[in-house]
Amino acid sequence: MQQPDRIAHPWGERTPYGRDGRWPARVDQHLADGVAPEDVQRWAKSASLLHSNGDAMDIAVVDGRIVGVRGRADDRVNGGRLGPKDLFGWQANASPDRLTRPLVRMGGRLVETDWDTAMGRVVAESKRLLERRGPSAIGFYTTGQLFLEEYYTLAAIARGAIGTNHLDGNTRLCTATAAAALKETFACDGQPGSFTDVDHADVIALFGHNAAETQPVLWMRILDRLAGPNPPALVCVDPRDTPVADAARESGGVHLAPLPGTNVALMNGLLHEIVENGWVDREYVEAHTVGFAELEKRVQEYPPDRVAEICRIEPEQIRSAARVLGRAERLLSTVLQGFYQSHQATAAAVQVNNLNLIRGMLGRPGCGILQMNGQPTAQNTRECGADGDLTGFRNWENDAHVAELARHWNVEPTRIPHMAPPTHAMQMFRYAEQGSIRMLWVSGTNPAVSLPELVRIRRILSQRRLFLVVQDIFLSETAQLADVVLPAATWGEKTGTFTNADRTVHFSEKAVDPPGHGRPDLDIFLDYARRMDFRDKDGRPFPQWHDGESAFDAWAACSAGRPCDYSGLSHAKLREAPSGIQWPCTAENPDGTERLYTDGRFWSAPDHCESYGRDLVTGAPLEETEYRALNPDAKAILKAAEYLPPHERPSDEYPFVLITGRTIHHFHTRTKTGRVPELQAAAPDVWVECSKDDARRLGLADGDAAEVATPRGTITARVRIGDIRGGVLFVPFHYGYWDTTGSGPGGGRGRAANELTVTDWDPASKQPLFKTAAARLGGAS
Amino acid sequence: MSKLRLVLRELHRGEAGLARDLLAVADRHRADHEIFHVARDVAGWSQEHVRRIAEVGADFGVRLNPEPRWTLPGVGVLGRRAGAALARRPASGLLLLADLRHVHRKAAGVSLDWELLAQAAQAMKKQSLMQLAADCHPQTLRQMRWANAQLKVTSPQVIAS
Ligand code: SF4
Repeated sequence: MQQPDRIAHPWGERTPYGRDGRWPARVDQHLADGVAPEDVQRWAKSASLLHSNGDAMDIAVVDGRIVGVRGRADDRVNGGRLGPKDLFGWQANASPDRLTRPLVRMGGRLVETDWDTAMGRVVAESKRLLERRGPSAIGFYTTGQLFLEEYYTLAAIARGAIGTNHLDGNTRLCTATAAAALKETFACDGQPGSFTDVDHADVIALFGHNAAETQPVLWMRILDRLAGPNPPALVCVDPRDTPVADAARESGGVHLAPLPGTNVALMNGLLHEIVENGWVDREYVEAHTVGFAELEKRVQEYPPDRVAEICRIEPEQIRSAARVLGRAERLLSTVLQGFYQSHQATAAAVQVNNLNLIRGMLGRPGCGILQMNGQPTAQNTRECGADGDLTGFRNWENDAHVAELARHWNVEPTRIPHMAPPTHAMQMFRYAEQGSIRMLWVSGTNPAVSLPELVRIRRILSQRRLFLVVQDIFLSETAQLADVVLPAATWGEKTGTFTNADRTVHFSEKAVDPPGHGRPDLDIFLDYARRMDFRDKDGRPFPQWHDGESAFDAWAACSAGRPCDYSGLSHAKLREAPSGIQWPCTAENPDGTERLYTDGRFWSAPDHCESYGRDLVTGAPLEETEYRALNPDAKAILKAAEYLPPHERPSDEYPFVLITGRTIHHFHTRTKTGRVPELQAAAPDVWVECSKDDARRLGLADGDAAEVATPRGTITARVRIGDIRGGVLFVPFHYGYWDTTGSGPGGGRGRAANELTVTDWDPASKQPLFKTAAARLGGAS
Repeated sequence: MSKLRLVLRELHRGEAGLARDLLAVADRHRADHEIFHVARDVAGWSQEHVRRIAEVGADFGVRLNPEPRWTLPGVGVLGRRAGAALARRPASGLLLLADLRHVHRKAAGVSLDWELLAQAAQAMKKQSLMQLAADCHPQTLRQMRWANAQLKVTSPQVIAS
């Protein structure tokens, strides 16, 4: 089969279908040069680990090597399709520079060693700190790329065995606001909608969600609807003129390009029009929500003219976007980083929930909300409590929930810290900076490139008083600063499960052995627990499970009765199932659940809910009594929010607004995709995108070397003149230093976008804001 | 009427002081980024309250400055220096706890004054004053809860470590 060039044509050919039709299958496949499909000895079942879509695929194996991938035609998520990263990304597994042995720092250098020596150091340091300083001296910073079993185990170790409150994932950077927005509105995490809502919607609104690049297979689904009969109209909110923006205009919808940092004003303006024009489903609002009066009052302050001034767009654009949204019969809204990583992140994402709720557009085919995730397994980080949440969407403020979790783990409830919300990542780095966290164990992530204000982050990670453990598959920028480096196995080299952005759980089978002495993350965590000799209440080794399958079963039991109920799932069932299965999945409901809240009933009863909510401006958690007064009948909560101007605004010295983001070819800090020839060639180096007018004014031409500076740092990047709104710069954040100068820029100029970004986060979700910094652009000398 | 003026004066003084304190706290804790940003955001509420109190005050014959000085000369610089010197030391945590405690108490005082004004406005049927209290008082309560919540979140690490 002749494969089209999927770098030049990332979305492949169209397979059009009409409203309420079934999305036709299209099987994408890529095999190494010289390998024919009949040469493949084994196909191992898996799904994509390079974005949050969860595209199901099989891994081709020949002689113990991965030689390619093929999409799974019968899977509900992708119907056989794969994006460019899926097609080519597997090659990174076999990179010659994979970590194959543990490393320890000796005389200032990292040297190879064996597992006993490396783990011996980690254990000795843990014990020393526990004895001298207590559990709050130890922190864990994990990822959105491990498997469910691994997060569950890590959460049990950190919270149930050590008893530290400091465990978070880099999901803080990409999915924290999704979770927070769901918790504010529904009082509990859990994606309401389903990707199949694309099949039924007549309006699809993408808020700060460049699906074309971040979720190419979901975008193929939308493109196929657009190419078929009864296509939907799109509404796109993005300061850049992306393929989504293009498609929106062509579909008869609207593209809005507000000034970065003004999303709450924009959303309030849209809601204002919906209310003003009587497009509110009063019956739904009355029956299923609280807070409408306050929302109505709040949005009255945001007529189109005022909003247009704040967002610097035309008032008529707001009116016409509101018309499309207000007249939709089946509205699907999706949200991603354009909202999550921008000023007032949670407040803005919550207004999208409000939009669907007041229009009564939830829980029916085509009527859905997708608060997207960034990373492939971010959903599991959240569910398992390996980010700043309690395992199983439990409420840290509810003593009964803590006791229930303690029962599952068979530990004393007092062992599980719950005096305050679990520590979020940015605060953990602050504690390390102040010297109260003395050991940080980083698994599967690269903060030395991905966190804001890198000068500060490198300074924190390089402190001598901080014992840094890094568990990874490559010697990343962060690993280079570590005291101990643990070589891990990755996708295709271990067996486990993970869950995508629409709650679809996939099984991922081991296809080949990890290189050298690399070990699955689960084995590393369990090995640590045994060496630390953690025990449960009855003196049995804790965690009580010992491998992937027993970890999964323990999790399934622990999740039973919670919204993310996995009790109807097992490794055996997922291995056999032709397609991934959406949770909740129980004995009564063995095929899983396509949409949440179909009956307009929510997980918001005070005794069940995961969260009592927060003040959207100050971030202060609500007390139980306040919550009970607000929502005694378990309805959805319409939370209003006032617009506040962004904290760092353009000035004479720094006249631009800088936003950072992704490109379709790379993932996170490029540790995998930068080692894949096709992907690396497609996007080899950092660039800065600016508008034609701005470039002309500054005397810059396409391809020129330019300097981008903020009060925190400077990088050099090639100029790319694009259809971005004037006064805004875009820099992709994937590029660091592992393939240039090491762990940082050395003496030279930087190239990581996060040299520039500001340390500021949304007070409600604690997600860092990568899309509001004042910057300067000029030619590079 | 003269007692009402007294209440307005007191509120104006309290809100202006609260705004100043919040700005000073922000300045002292620049390295605690959430404190820095949120303290400034909610100081903005108090600044707005001051402006509105002054505006309404005029109708009741009290002359109040809508734009008083927000920083006391010297204090900002000193505070920032002290804050910067401590930024990477655990002791900065203790300073933060003390500051949050102060803000909470100050905001609680202002909240009581709003209560007084609201009661008086009701008794005297002064619509403009009732509206003023209804708009501003909830934000004072949010300032209080913010200080309280931050205290709760920060104290375990500061005290236990
Ligand atoms: S690229 Fe990084 S920050 Fe962005 S969504 Fe993916 S994992 Fe999250």
